[in-house]
Amino acid sequence: MKRSRFLWPAGLTVALLLALAACGGDDGGSDGSGGGGGDTTASADPDKVTVQLKWVTQAQFAGYYAAQEQGYFEDENLDVTIKPGGPDIVPEQVVLGGQAEFGLNWLDNTLATRDQGGEIINIAQVYTRSGMTEVTWKDTGIDDVKKLAGKKVGVWLGGNEHKLFAALTKNGLDPQKDVKIVAQPFDMNLFLNREVDSAAAMTYNELAQVLEAKNPDTGELYTLDELNVFKMSDLGTGALEDGVFVRSDWIQDEGNQDIAKRFLKATFKGWIYCRDNPSDCVDYVLAEGSVLKKGHQAWQMNEVNALIWPAPLGIGVMDPESWEVTKQIAVDFGIVKNEPSDDETFRTDLAEAAMQELMDEDVDVHGEDWQPEEVEVTEGGE
Amino acid sequence: MPVMASAAVATERWSILSADRVRRGASQGAMLLGVLAGLWALWEGFKWFGEAVDLKIGVFVVDDRTLPHLHSIVARLFEPTAVGDRLLTVLLEAALFTAKEAAVGFAMGAAIGFLIAIVLVHSGLLQRGLLPYIVASQTIPILAVAPMVVVWLGGRGLPGWFSVAVIAAYLTFFPVAINTLRGLQSADPRALELMQSYAASRWAILWKLRVPASLPYLFAAFKISATASIVGAIIGELPAGIQDGLGGAILNFNQYYASSPDDLWATNLIAALLGLSFFLLIVLAERLIVRRAPEHVA
Repeated sequence: MKRSRFLWPAGLTVALLLALAACGGDDGGSDGSGGGGGDTTASADPDKVTVQLKWVTQAQFAGYYAAQEQGYFEDENLDVTIKPGGPDIVPEQVVLGGQAEFGLNWLDNTLATRDQGGEIINIAQVYTRSGMTEVTWKDTGIDDVKKLAGKKVGVWLGGNEHKLFAALTKNGLDPQKDVKIVAQPFDMNLFLNREVDSAAAMTYNELAQVLEAKNPDTGELYTLDELNVFKMSDLGTGALEDGVFVRSDWIQDEGNQDIAKRFLKATFKGWIYCRDNPSDCVDYVLAEGSVLKKGHQAWQMNEVNALIWPAPLGIGVMDPESWEVTKQIAVDFGIVKNEPSDDETFRTDLAEAAMQELMDEDVDVHGEDWQPEEVEVTEGGE
Repeated sequence: MPVMASAAVATERWSILSADRVRRGASQGAMLLGVLAGLWALWEGFKWFGEAVDLKIGVFVVDDRTLPHLHSIVARLFEPTAVGDRLLTVLLEAALFTAKEAAVGFAMGAAIGFLIAIVLVHSGLLQRGLLPYIVASQTIPILAVAPMVVVWLGGRGLPGWFSVAVIAAYLTFFPVAINTLRGLQSADPRALELMQSYAASRWAILWKLRVPASLPYLFAAFKISATASIVGAIIGELPAGIQDGLGGAILNFNQYYASSPDDLWATNLIAALLGLSFFLLIVLAERLIVRRAPEHVA
């Protein structure tokens, strides 16, 4: 008698879950099988390499997914594993630990790692300009960086704050004394609830998160007209962001240089594909991240393209001027103790070689004609 | 005649029994519905009150973003995601993935905890020497341990989900070790003396006396560990960079909370259901294994 009291709800729940699991499992059988299917061509075995992304799967990394989906890696005889990142994943550690050959991170992070003795080197600077901004509400009247004096300024700490600190300093504000720095989480709730006066936002992500949210008072989505957006690239403190780095000793080897060149060629091709076919690339990203939102990723793809294109020196080649800005910020804000040496921090020969091969194939590596699209903001980024 | 009479009595008794069952089942079903309705009323009532008086507790404002309607959270589960599947389908797949990590972690943690208890119960010296370290292991936050486990094991070419299972095991073994130790010690001292007087081996005492005595304690620990293993798996997915489980979903939805809060709440709901189903599986196993368990703290 007593037995049945617990047995039937327990049995029922288990049965229910098994049933649900069976439903859920119907279309989940395709993943997990991984590579190795159908690419046994006559040529030598493909080189297996891994790339560690800076963050979770999203359009920020669309070029890599496009290279995979379009078979560009395969064309270069590469078998590439794309490893998504996350809050506790430091791509430099993963690469230095030998768990990935290629890593992506902001250039100032690469500098910091080098300064602490981690021998890595940037081989391609994919993003030619910075996407970081600091946003304020227009109705607060903070329409100039100087007016942040005495305000609560939100920013991501732990290495992502330097561009903002540089912008504040440039405008005569001491980041430690003249403003109240607030550690910002990965969402924009502090800003939306007006618990901070300004917040850091990447053009391709957090800015859209604000625009995709409804103003609870009006029931309407927020618009760009309600915001002041201070772009770090306009303020002259746009230190460079997503670039590809490898271990310095790994790239000494000539065979590895060849692998790296082929990897860059395939990923550049992927980025060029995303420039010309952004909606395809959004679909590739959505296929990898089943919980992502289409509207948000479409916005992100467009904004990411704007950070890469036009690429006056060609995709992936470090721009000396932006390098100087990045280096100066790193020195001024104690990211590095010793001034970084140009030669040991980055090399452009591999990117240039990859680019040359693409140009020989009549591929446009500069994107001078690229124009941003008008991406409509959708509620909730759907 | 007597045969028929007894048969009639039997059917009568059987029908009484089943009517009794139906009645009890119905009352339990009603109870379940009542509790759910109560929770719903509490949630929606607080939301209504908060919005009506413009409640502000510290920084917590009550509006559709901080506290969405329960019905919109549930409705969200049945809306499609960008790839076309219902969110429920996507989340259940994620839950299955996390369940695999948690189950493997639970099995490892439970086995390790059980072995530790068996070793400790036989040596007072080891007990005094080792127990403080076992306790200390649990005061190190899992957030600090998880990235290290991922780096160590990932470097040895093991799949990412296995690192997550190890993290889940780290949270699982402790309650099992402590409770099992207590359980093994709880054997009736008279029975213990009796067996010793028959010169029973330690092995025989362990399996014939101590282990059966420890079962209720063991299952109490399993219930704590079952839910802890889910928490461990979800947390472990973040440093492992695993996107296929509930941890990955929570991280993504956390980012987009401002624009679509229902997603995160819906994911939490599924995570809670996963924890609940693990718990109920343990209850079920307990009912099957511990036939004569004295108490049931379900």
